Amino acid sequence: MSTDLPVLTANDFTSDQDVRWCPGCGDYSILAQMKKILPTLGIPPHQTVFISGIGCSSRFPYYVNTYGLHSIHGRAPAFATGLKMTRPELSVWVITGDGDALSIGGNHFIHLMRRNVDLNIILFNNSIYGLTKGQYSPTSPLGKVTKSTPMGSLDFPLNPISVALAAEATFVARSVDTNIKHLGEVLLRAARHKGTSFVEVYQNCNVFNDGAWDYAKDKAVREENTIELEHGKPLVFAGGKKGIRLNGFEPEIVNLDGRVSQDDLLFHDERAHSPTLAYLLSRMRYPEFPEPIGVFRAVERPTYDYLVNHQIEQARVQRGVGDLQKFLAAGDTWTVT
Amino acid sequence: MSSTSTSPELMEFLDSSKPRQAISGVTVRLVGDSGDGMQLLGTQLTNVSALAGNDVATFPDFPAEIRAPRGTRAGVSGYQVHFASEEIFTPGDGLDALVAMNPAALVTNIGDLKPAGYLILNRDSFDAKDLKLAKLDQDPRQGDRLKPYHVIEVPMTTLTRTAVEGTGLSVKEADQCKNFFAMGLVFWLYGRDYRPTLRFIEAKFKHLPAVAEANRRALTAGWNYGETTEHFASTYQVAPARLQLGTYKNVMGNQALAWGLMAAAELSGKELFVGAYPITPASDVLHELSRYKHFGVRTFQAEDEIAAVCSAIGVSFGGGMGVTVSSGPGIALKTEGMGLAVMLELPLLVLNIQRGGPSTGLPTKTEQADLLMAMFGRNGEAPLPIIAARSPADCFDAAIEAWRIATRLMTPVVLLSDGYIANGAEPWRIPDLSKLPKIEIRHPAAQSSGEPFRPYLRDEYLSRPWAVPGTSGLMHRIGGLEKEDVTGNISYDPKNHQHMVNTRAQKVANASQLIDPVQVTGDDSGLLVLSWGGTYGACYTATVRARAQGKRVGHAHLRWLNPFPANLGEILKRYQRVLIPELNTGQLRFLIDAKFRTGAIGLNKVQGKPFTVSELVDEILRLA
Ligand SMILES: Cc1ncc(C[n+]2csc(CCOP(=O)(O)OP(=O)(O)O)c2C)c(N)n1
Ligand code: SF4
Ligand SMILES: [Mg+2]
Repeated sequence: MSTDLPVLTANDFTSDQDVRWCPGCGDYSILAQMKKILPTLGIPPHQTVFISGIGCSSRFPYYVNTYGLHSIHGRAPAFATGLKMTRPELSVWVITGDGDALSIGGNHFIHLMRRNVDLNIILFNNSIYGLTKGQYSPTSPLGKVTKSTPMGSLDFPLNPISVALAAEATFVARSVDTNIKHLGEVLLRAARHKGTSFVEVYQNCNVFNDGAWDYAKDKAVREENTIELEHGKPLVFAGGKKGIRLNGFEPEIVNLDGRVSQDDLLFHDERAHSPTLAYLLSRMRYPEFPEPIGVFRAVERPTYDYLVNHQIEQARVQRGVGDLQKFLAAGDTWTVT
Repeated sequence: MSSTSTSPELMEFLDSSKPRQAISGVTVRLVGDSGDGMQLLGTQLTNVSALAGNDVATFPDFPAEIRAPRGTRAGVSGYQVHFASEEIFTPGDGLDALVAMNPAALVTNIGDLKPAGYLILNRDSFDAKDLKLAKLDQDPRQGDRLKPYHVIEVPMTTLTRTAVEGTGLSVKEADQCKNFFAMGLVFWLYGRDYRPTLRFIEAKFKHLPAVAEANRRALTAGWNYGETTEHFASTYQVAPARLQLGTYKNVMGNQALAWGLMAAAELSGKELFVGAYPITPASDVLHELSRYKHFGVRTFQAEDEIAAVCSAIGVSFGGGMGVTVSSGPGIALKTEGMGLAVMLELPLLVLNIQRGGPSTGLPTKTEQADLLMAMFGRNGEAPLPIIAARSPADCFDAAIEAWRIATRLMTPVVLLSDGYIANGAEPWRIPDLSKLPKIEIRHPAAQSSGEPFRPYLRDEYLSRPWAVPGTSGLMHRIGGLEKEDVTGNISYDPKNHQHMVNTRAQKVANASQLIDPVQVTGDDSGLLVLSWGGTYGACYTATVRARAQGKRVGHAHLRWLNPFPANLGEILKRYQRVLIPELNTGQLRFLIDAKFRTGAIGLNKVQGKPFTVSELVDEILRLA
């Protein structure tokens, strides 16, 4: 990066398009945090690309003044993979929704992460299909009553963090739309991670699923209902009054009342080689447990785009840069004179 | 029986000492069990015939199952080779020789052997068990059925075992060499030089010296058998064909397609990206290209065909050469992505190696039934240019032309090939790349005015600028939503949508100004035979023959199916009748009639097989 780069501000990343989300939608807050962190990355707008699928959330690229591709439902990871394989120097973000990533795009979502393409994927989880006006989604809780499920949904929900871990993701995190400081930090860490960075953001759809995440958003209760993960630190919540301890293979809530100290608690290790701990944390769901927010897992593995381009270089070292005319003329030939 | 102890490496190519009979061309079909190595035998015969300077056309025909039950009719695999001292365009109709390795292969193919043709059988594979596997109550060699033919029964299994004795191969392994024995015999019969095949064996079995030695011996034994047996009084000689001057090599369609893509990349100064999901008969394009990383070729085996096309679009968005290749079922999955590429107005190649459909259909058999899918198989008004290759070697040129149009007009282009072209082989004149016109691509340069970039500002062909991420000042957002012309901003304005639909259609229509007019061979009145794609050779040959029989017949072949060449309407008007032969139920005829109201006549076949020249001639004679 050149050193005489002008200092960038959120304004440099603001497009001239009117934002068309419903007033009060959680997407605004995510956009604001994104525009806050982008100028701090040292990457100019023209080196940045946002690629999305279809959904309310997927309108996001229109609102940032970078290169953008608003693609088709569920397929954003595939577009982004092709782009990153051939233009690894670009900074690529994928914006997706819970339906986009986990329903129609489930296949691409998992394959993106197992390949570890060096990009950031932000899933706006509102537990509902927003753009199509309120059907249940793969993250809607069992029994959810929506337009398409008047007697309640029957499909057991997917847990995005668990899916990402099972798909071998190297960076897995969760944050909340209105917890702006936390969200900004998580986005920043995602941007800095080399490899696929997956971030689930609890996002309120105030029109079709209002209040779905109140337990994790409301200042009054969020300390009780969420637990901030910090690498190397014990799992403490509720203002330091409670913690999580391992009992065999199961987590349990304990009161830090003197009989149990912080040393007895489970310590977070986002860099653990095995995803087992991260998976265990991902299974802690409200109301039985406080839900972890922050970085579940952050490990290094060679990125797909690097490996692909490395093979090209290796092939050129081993066989020389291809000479097409020579290549075509080689082998069994005969000449008509 | 002559001995096989001569070391084959030391062998010179010795021509037969028997009399030679000169002939202008031969069609041979080699048939056996899928495990018998018939495809290998066929490709070797093709290669040595091409190297002998003959014109060659081939037709491999194999079952969809990898190893269908041994000895059964379903497991029969065949390879037909036509080589000649004149220019030829088809793998031939009637067979001059049929080599059948078992009863199932014999009974399923004997119908195509010409009277007095050579029928070479492996005598060792006609016991009761073999007959039962072929569901035969009676030995087909008994009775009068084989009377019309010149039948030569060779104990191939026994002779091969004897020949490879001492190489250390097990009996089972030894039996796998019998295709080389058959090859030796066929090579002898047609005076083919076996040295290229010896080199092939050397390279292929580099790490298995015993197998290499056994195959060499089997080949030699077959050759020697021909020389010593009383069955053959003479050999046949096919002189080199007078092809256009130049240096040639033998290519298969999928190979030529892969190389054409590499050439298109080079001519346009791009690096090639191919996204694909394996599917017969398209996978070989992926396999071939995955070997050329040192040319900067990036191949991506995606998780499905949707990801394959989308990854390619992502590459084109980034300024690269985005290509995806598949066959019918996979193309069906790509349709939404292709529609997006139409909307984005980005260059993209979608290669469809057609096979028999619908659904899984006939995976290893040929058909031309995806033309209307290419034309109409997308939601909304989503036209795109369509080009079809006409022969294996032509795939090279078609790929370059497709990329030229895709980049000039900023549009996805569909390139249609088919299973027959993909696996068939023919001589290909190696082009001088420096003489091929460059594919000019201009990406707009960085801009510092602070003005918003206008991604849909159009040129004289209505093509838009290809601005590439990473260029400062040109940041823009594109997507599937309808957009305002020039600015690219989302627009739901009714008039704008009408304008954009018309503009996209007109842009594709403008391709007719960039493509060659259609050429007619033969008469310019009477009957016109109008063909497209892989039926070119058969249609051309049939019209030549019909004219030789005094009929007024012209032939026109369409390379571009959308748009049609500008002069097509005027040409159609010159003829009293138009015949459109197709390996579908009338898809080009549907398009031609819709546009020109010609009342064209169809000749349609959907049997998983190419047309024979004679069935076309019969129809032409009936109509002309
Ligand atoms: C192929 C296809 N099927 C269906 C749709 C309709 N559709 C648009 S968005 C959407 C669901 C979006 O839900 P989600 O991904 O959760 O995004 P949100 O709107 O909630 O942000 C659906 C079903 C479509 N655009 N394309
Ligand atoms: S429908 Fe819901 S998710 Fe969509 S913009 Fe409105 S509030 Fe946001
Ligand atoms: Mg949603």
